[in-house]
Amino acid sequence: MSNPTSVLNISDEAGVKKITFMQKSIIDEVVIHQIGKEIVAVIDGVAQPKVLISFNGVDHLSSAALGVLITCHNRVRVKNGQLYLSDISKPIFEIFKITKLNKMFQIADTSESAMKNFK
Amino acid sequence: MRSEPYIQNKTLTDLRTDLQKVQEGVALALIQNGYTDFAQFAIRLCLEESIVNAFRHGNRSEPGKVVQFHCKIDGESAEFKIQDEGVGFDPAGVPDPTAEENLEIPSGRGLMLMRAYMSEVEHVAPGNMIRMKYKNGPDPAQ
Repeated sequence: MSNPTSVLNISDEAGVKKITFMQKSIIDEVVIHQIGKEIVAVIDGVAQPKVLISFNGVDHLSSAALGVLITCHNRVRVKNGQLYLSDISKPIFEIFKITKLNKMFQIADTSESAMKNFK
Repeated sequence: MRSEPYIQNKTLTDLRTDLQKVQEGVALALIQNGYTDFAQFAIRLCLEESIVNAFRHGNRSEPGKVVQFHCKIDGESAEFKIQDEGVGFDPAGVPDPTAEENLEIPSGRGLMLMRAYMSEVEHVAPGNMIRMKYKNGPDPAQ
């Protein structure tokens, strides 16, 4: 499920919506807004969403991108779904640690290990 | 490899195009002055956060309002000054985004990241100017 104007790659694996990013840097406001719209559409399109967001290949991220992730987290929780983040590089994981968001999000080392955690 | 100090004084009029130009110039100067990958990552992030804040929160995205950008980069440190045309704000009034009750609020983390990554961060009264300094050296223990 992707289209020419999309900023994400979205696939369905065993009922889990797996999302990866087309950009290495998630810092541009316009792109972040588009990412938010697309992920929210994925979440809203499923009764009880199971979502895996992989940061494979992403090397930069801003606080605005964190805001989008938090919005997604809150939306998934309202629907009693599950959200995992995976493949986060060391520098970006440091941002999660500084903001203590590593305590709020379910984070797996790899997509493969995250997939095993979905119930 | 060390080089002459990189000094820039710019009036930024457009967030997207001017921010990109600023980032490109700074990135090159950091490499030329021997800053580590960690430092480059940190400074890029802090410039992004501070300049976006200046346009969005300081100038409230009002057309015609500009942001003044100054930087000086040499082998010792990278210093930045960003000033918007807003009325300023009290940084002490910004809620702690890491507090349990604030963790799920989507905004308010930019300032915290700047304080975490930069060696020095100072808000100049009335709060519409921020000064940031990164002291070049070994990466902090992570």
